[in-house]
Amino acid sequence: MAQIPRDEQGPSGQPRIGTDDWVASVEERRAARTGLSGRLLDRWERVPLWAPLLAVVAFGAVFPYLTDSDYVLRVGFNALVFALLALGLNIVVGYAGLLDLGYIAFFGFGAYAYAILSSNKFDLHLPTLAALPIVIAASALLGLLLGLPSRRVTGDYLAIVTLFFAQIFVTFTTNANRIVPPWSDEPIDLTGGPNGISGLDPFSLFGVDAIEVSSYFYIALVLVTLGMLGLYILSESRTGRAWKAVREDPLAAEAMTIPVNRLKLLAFAFGAATAGLTGSLFAAQQIGVFPQNFELPLLITIYAMVILGGAGSIPGVVIGAITITVVLEVLRGPADARVLFYAAIALGLAIGIRPWRRLAALLVGTLALGLVLNVLVGAIWPRATARGAAEGEGFVGSLVEAWVLTPTEPGDIGNVAFVVLIAAVLGLTLLRGTWRLVALAPTLYLAAFVWENRLIFQPSVTRLLILGALLVVLMNARPQGLLGTTRVEIT
Amino acid sequence: MDGTFLLQQLVNGLTLGSVYALIALGYSLVYGILKLLNFAHGEVYMIGAFIGYFVLIGLGGPDALAVPVVVALTLMFLAAMLGAGLLGVLIERFAYRRLRNAPRIAPLITALGVSFFLQSTALLLFGARFRSYSTFEFLGGAVTVGGVRISATRILVVAAAFSLMVVLTLLVGRTTLGKAMRATAYDREAAAMMGIDVDRVIVATFLIGSALAGAAGVMFGLVFFSVFHLMGFAAGLKGFTAAVVGGIGSIPGAMLGGLLIGLAEAFSAAYISSTFQDLIVFLILIAVMLFRPTGLLGKADIRKV
Repeated sequence: MAQIPRDEQGPSGQPRIGTDDWVASVEERRAARTGLSGRLLDRWERVPLWAPLLAVVAFGAVFPYLTDSDYVLRVGFNALVFALLALGLNIVVGYAGLLDLGYIAFFGFGAYAYAILSSNKFDLHLPTLAALPIVIAASALLGLLLGLPSRRVTGDYLAIVTLFFAQIFVTFTTNANRIVPPWSDEPIDLTGGPNGISGLDPFSLFGVDAIEVSSYFYIALVLVTLGMLGLYILSESRTGRAWKAVREDPLAAEAMTIPVNRLKLLAFAFGAATAGLTGSLFAAQQIGVFPQNFELPLLITIYAMVILGGAGSIPGVVIGAITITVVLEVLRGPADARVLFYAAIALGLAIGIRPWRRLAALLVGTLALGLVLNVLVGAIWPRATARGAAEGEGFVGSLVEAWVLTPTEPGDIGNVAFVVLIAAVLGLTLLRGTWRLVALAPTLYLAAFVWENRLIFQPSVTRLLILGALLVVLMNARPQGLLGTTRVEIT
Repeated sequence: MDGTFLLQQLVNGLTLGSVYALIALGYSLVYGILKLLNFAHGEVYMIGAFIGYFVLIGLGGPDALAVPVVVALTLMFLAAMLGAGLLGVLIERFAYRRLRNAPRIAPLITALGVSFFLQSTALLLFGARFRSYSTFEFLGGAVTVGGVRISATRILVVAAAFSLMVVLTLLVGRTTLGKAMRATAYDREAAAMMGIDVDRVIVATFLIGSALAGAAGVMFGLVFFSVFHLMGFAAGLKGFTAAVVGGIGSIPGAMLGGLLIGLAEAFSAAYISSTFQDLIVFLILIAVMLFRPTGLLGKADIRKV
């Protein structure tokens, strides 16, 4: 039995008998949401369901006219591909509550299936409208097969079986270029091995070949729109409601005659089919498939998208997908990454620290600390400030250069500082009140130091670090995601 | 395919199996008590291997050890076990503790996040290159049994693994802490009502399980010469498979499962194909889940509502 926190009790201080406390106190909790984040969240909850859909469609429709750069368009296309993937995963994780860690393998399977059906590999040049249904059906079937062994045991096993499957898939595609079948001695090249398959046919719909990035962008936009619409309908349908019941309590659902196992497998197949379709789209746009497209970092990226937006929330996961795609793209360039890093910290502080006096004190304190340190250490040990900030340009660049210590050879110092930073952040979670605020200033400075001296040099590692940390922090602090609504938990 | 070759594969399988068994024990202990699949366990094993490596380098490196070999080995094992154990405790304290009563999926996703975080931390700190213990330099001896040459490191690894398993069995079966662990695994709430400090038991479980993983990491480094940031992932999967095959939650089951998976992998690498040995292990996992979901030595999980 969970204890009822003070702010969730009735007006008299006593829990009201006969009403669920959580439901009874909903107005009070809503009123208790103050400040910037609270107001935004209130607004968000009042947005009608069709608005995000309309926003995505409208923005997407004009997006190709806003830019003439193929690079920007490709990022937009990637964002939509990820949005589709996140929508599919949302069915499995968000609705049915199954941890499917082999999701990327279905994405890869769809891509490879399309590549095999529509390329010179086996000289099968199926038309797109014939290939896609085959790919979707095959992916769904594979999903069903993989879900089967987990039928008799708890959901945790599903996680590991699917994770193992994802691993096997990459090994298989990397090595399936010299399979010797039992009936002959001639090795078969199925997947092209590490070189993958290239020279895929473009999507060809209604007699028009999709060659430009913008064509694929529009195809993806249509699919995302259909996906969101379909999910709205699905989520309130009989099946959707049954999925949520299974997620909340499989045992109770079973007692209510819901066919739990069949629904789990169905969710699994739905997710796999979506991933397979998306894989085909991805492969056709890339004009090729390679095993390294489907390795595990992709898995954590998609999970971070779904968790960030809030599993179960349709606009949430789409926004999560777009945000994370753009953020990861920005992290590629050191100058942009720096602006993003400090902006994210500033935003986090502005939302997390109230009243404004404390925030101001903290910012002034941190700045002063950095400037004083820079002068002192620079006087004792000139090498510590010698390098100058990497690509120190613009306002942020010059400010950072005066503020953060930048020793000439940052490697080892950066590593030590990184470990210290992790310890400091962990320690910070144990502190409360003023002490936390006092300890926050040096931690922030340390974070900036580590960023400038270590992380900025290895963007690919930094991306994974951030995604991993994001999952842990979100799950601990706000498991329903940034945009998800609080679920009623009665214990 | 003569007898010597077969025997050689048996030795290979036993060595690999001991490593997997130690990893499986950590999985099994934690799962037994928290019903949590600790995906980060493989990464703890990887960090253990790195700690062993750096202790070895700190003692002068494999070709110029400043201390006797026995002392070096002891220090490597102790440091790795202590470091890995502490890491496990930290992970429990900061990542899992708040989620103890959350929906089942929340700690699983957290574990995934911790796993990737540790992996990329190792990549950042240690780089992507393979490192080798180069044990030839200081542990070059070998014994010949029935025409098979068995290196001293392999004997050492198997012996060390088995003694750790014996110690663990005694710890869980004979001590007060072990009794508290079994009680907590059986029913956490009831155990708390009987005055058992459940938090302490859980911390102890993570400490012990992670220390075993750390030891396994050093053993792997001693025999297979490749320590790198991604080594924990595959080993974690195999360790988990071993725990499931033996029956998750059961200590003798984890040992049996580990040895079976190790042997299966060695023999499939030798007689079928080394690229598809993972596939064979995966098929074993599927088969066990289809035909004996509780594992070879596991007890049926009867739920009362």
